[in-house]
Amino acid sequence: MHTLTIAELSAGLHARRFSSVELTRSLLARIARLNDVLNAFLTVTEEAALAAARRADETLQAGRGGPLTGIPIAHKDIFCTNGIRTTCGSRILENFIAPYDATVVERLSAAGAVPLGKTNMDEFAMGSSNETSFYGPVHNPWDVKRVPGGSSGGSAAAVAARLVPAATGTDTGGSIRQPAALTGITGLKPTYGRVSRYGMIAFASSLDQAGVLAQSAADAALLLRAMAGFDPRDSTSVDQPVPDYHSGLAAPIKGLRIGLLREFFDSGLDPEAAKRIHAALDVFRAQGATTTEVSLPNLPLSVPTYYVVAPAECSSNLSRFDGVRFGYRCENPRDLLDLYKRSRGEGFGAEVKRRIMTGTYVLSAGYYDAYYLKAQKVRQLISDDFRRAFEQVDVVIGPTSPTPAFEIGAKMDDPITMYLNDIYTIGANLAGIPAISVPCGLVSGLPVGLQIMGPVFSEARLLNVAHRYQQETEWHRMIPRGYE
Amino acid sequence: MMEWETIIGLEIHAQLATRSKIFSGSATTYGAPPNSQANLVDLGYPGVLPVLNATAVRMAVKFGLATGANIARRSIFARKNYFYPDLPKGYQISQYERPVVEDGTLDIVLEDGSRKTIGITRAHLEEDAGKSLHEGLKGMSGIDLNRAGTPLLEIVSEPDMRSAKEAVAYMKKVHTLVRYLEICDGNMQEGSFRCDANVSVRLQGAQKLGTRAELKNLNSFRFVEKAINYEVERQIGILEGGGSVVQETRLYDPDRNETRSMRSKEEANDYRYFPDPDLLPLAIDDAIIADVRGTLPELPDEKAARFASEHGLSDYDSGVLTASRELADYYESVVEALGGEPKLAANWVMGELSGALNRDGQEIAASRINSMALAGLLRRIQDSTISGKIAKEVFEAMWSDGKSADEIIEARGLRQITDTGAIERAIEDVMAANPSQLAEYRAGKDKLFGFFVGQVMKATHGKANPAQLNELLKRKLK
Repeated sequence: MHTLTIAELSAGLHARRFSSVELTRSLLARIARLNDVLNAFLTVTEEAALAAARRADETLQAGRGGPLTGIPIAHKDIFCTNGIRTTCGSRILENFIAPYDATVVERLSAAGAVPLGKTNMDEFAMGSSNETSFYGPVHNPWDVKRVPGGSSGGSAAAVAARLVPAATGTDTGGSIRQPAALTGITGLKPTYGRVSRYGMIAFASSLDQAGVLAQSAADAALLLRAMAGFDPRDSTSVDQPVPDYHSGLAAPIKGLRIGLLREFFDSGLDPEAAKRIHAALDVFRAQGATTTEVSLPNLPLSVPTYYVVAPAECSSNLSRFDGVRFGYRCENPRDLLDLYKRSRGEGFGAEVKRRIMTGTYVLSAGYYDAYYLKAQKVRQLISDDFRRAFEQVDVVIGPTSPTPAFEIGAKMDDPITMYLNDIYTIGANLAGIPAISVPCGLVSGLPVGLQIMGPVFSEARLLNVAHRYQQETEWHRMIPRGYE
Repeated sequence: MMEWETIIGLEIHAQLATRSKIFSGSATTYGAPPNSQANLVDLGYPGVLPVLNATAVRMAVKFGLATGANIARRSIFARKNYFYPDLPKGYQISQYERPVVEDGTLDIVLEDGSRKTIGITRAHLEEDAGKSLHEGLKGMSGIDLNRAGTPLLEIVSEPDMRSAKEAVAYMKKVHTLVRYLEICDGNMQEGSFRCDANVSVRLQGAQKLGTRAELKNLNSFRFVEKAINYEVERQIGILEGGGSVVQETRLYDPDRNETRSMRSKEEANDYRYFPDPDLLPLAIDDAIIADVRGTLPELPDEKAARFASEHGLSDYDSGVLTASRELADYYESVVEALGGEPKLAANWVMGELSGALNRDGQEIAASRINSMALAGLLRRIQDSTISGKIAKEVFEAMWSDGKSADEIIEARGLRQITDTGAIERAIEDVMAANPSQLAEYRAGKDKLFGFFVGQVMKATHGKANPAQLNELLKRKLK
């Protein structure tokens, strides 16, 4: 059962070939057996999962329920879950039991999904390898010596290893797409504002966006439909109707205008990975799509821009973790300052501290204009570049990540090299546009991803294009050895 | 002797009278048990987000319109970052570079009766912090976040005031205005209306402003005046002694009547303001402005001008009666019930009524004598049923018993004696009882006239019509 997609599982559940409780039990057993190696789950909520599965079975028995009723999923540990520990990968929230559900959690539960637990992640979603988690790195099921990418590394590894058919993630600079690419699954980052951020622990508020990691574009469509939509509790969520992403999946893509980004096929891209991308483009051309080269001249500035904006926002967002009201508090503080310094000093890891310091610096008097303000201007230019590109083409296609999964520890000493992992993904966050990564082949036995980007609110189109690709290819059906 | 000029600007924090907080649905009621009005948003829990209260925005717009200010069509909420236990998120959401209200004015009346226009640089929306509690916690500190997230309008003046008295006049004017507009209850004891003052001095005629000190903790009109006066003396003392004033924040201590240094400019926080990415820019369109404009009441200055021109009141009386909307409404309702007599109404509202309210610490809205009841009393003066003197006695009885003027006049038999025969009889009795005084008066001691008035009044229990009494007495005593 564990290799089935959501659509296949749902068909089985509705036909009563198996129950949600049976499915849930089988996946819980799989997690129990395999999680020690992968470290993908931080918390497994067995009882709550079985209770939710029983409720789903009752609904199904009554002949009701939708495409997600009874489908096991996992939530990235960045989403608050009522009564369940929510750590955000940090020591500072080691004992934090969230008193409420995030909107994403609430909506998926309302749609009948069965959450099995919380997945590991880079601390406060700051990382591209899942190595900054206080709870240890996640191991890539394709090669356990390698990283699964990050920050949604736990969700990616869990789906790739078929511990769950799908999982939630968040993407601030590539945190859904890059781990999806490195683990051979499908990852969708929606338009900024498409999915509510309420209850999602903030890293960089103007960039953070919740999305999904799944086995296929078709499954991602089902999940997004349930998650998306206006939320009065999030002022930045957009009040726009949610289309039925599933119904348009199979639409032909004849005449689709694909833009190839000159800046994406530069010297930083692994030559083997580039070949897989070009092969994928042939698949689209064979279906009647055309390709033209487009240029985003300001895109090369996206990494430095991102590493000013994101740390600036995080330095402020993470101020609430002060040891006063919740989370980690140091032992025997001498006074208030000592309480602050040691609670934060002991509670946060090195990468989080690095970004808080960077962010504090760029917002400081005398530096604000040179860094933060300038970065905001460049961000606008990048956004304008994309807007202009989408006047010529429908989607832009390129690689998701410059290389396949690297070895655990390989880049931890060099933050700049680590940051360059996100070079292809950050642009979409800065511009607020949606993007999807789909697996498009293997390089030395490791998956590589194809990234498809579109204008704001073009999720239906992206899912359609990705689905058409997956109809013609089997890459998304690949399962790492030992997890079949 | 050097001539010094004082320069004062005020920053007033008016707590907006919304039912819920500026970014959360928690109630804003004062005095609730600690942390009973603090939800997850107010507590700054992980993952929660602010949602702007539209009523608070309308209130800010109302203030802007009432002061002739520009209403920004697009203003920005910013984060002011600093750590403090009563600041749950580690930042305060405020407005920094682009406030909702800019460039307004308010007129004040100076002691010599002339008017002066005070510029309002800006007014911006922000959230209040919580409170730290230190008492009764056995050496520990507690945090009460009920106040955290309460909406404030920070009203920043130009440095246009030249004396403590001007500063107080301006502060009172703002206080009156926000209550007229019903956007702030103005309760200074509960901290709903607070003030910081920027004070500097310079030599008369100098162009450049002197170094300023910011005075905090000025939570009454009296403290504002005393603190500024103290600070001005302190700064002049330093400058005349050859020293220089340090730019700093100083706390006013009302018990010692002095200001003390809190922190210098060097110690000041770098607040690292930046636009709050959780909130969209605040857009205010013409429709909202027109809608709010439609809710504006007659403003204090307009009302005072009307009282002066239509009721013939003095500028002073008009000013006093329009100091609060409730007082002005009360006065107008008395005049309406009487069908005129604005001066009589004004005298009683400003005199007996205000005196009694002050004595008992009551608000006019809760007055023991309502406007209809006071009009009932004044009508009896008007129709000569009672004298003004007796009316004061009736007023006191009304105040303590809560009965109507007519009930008291009847019950106590206070109806004025206008029967000439009855007054003459009383005069004759008094003359008969005081033969020696009568002789002295008739011998030319005119001053004794008052004695006879008093005796007759005493005999008639004050009810003799004073005008009639005077006339009859003069005739009889001849």
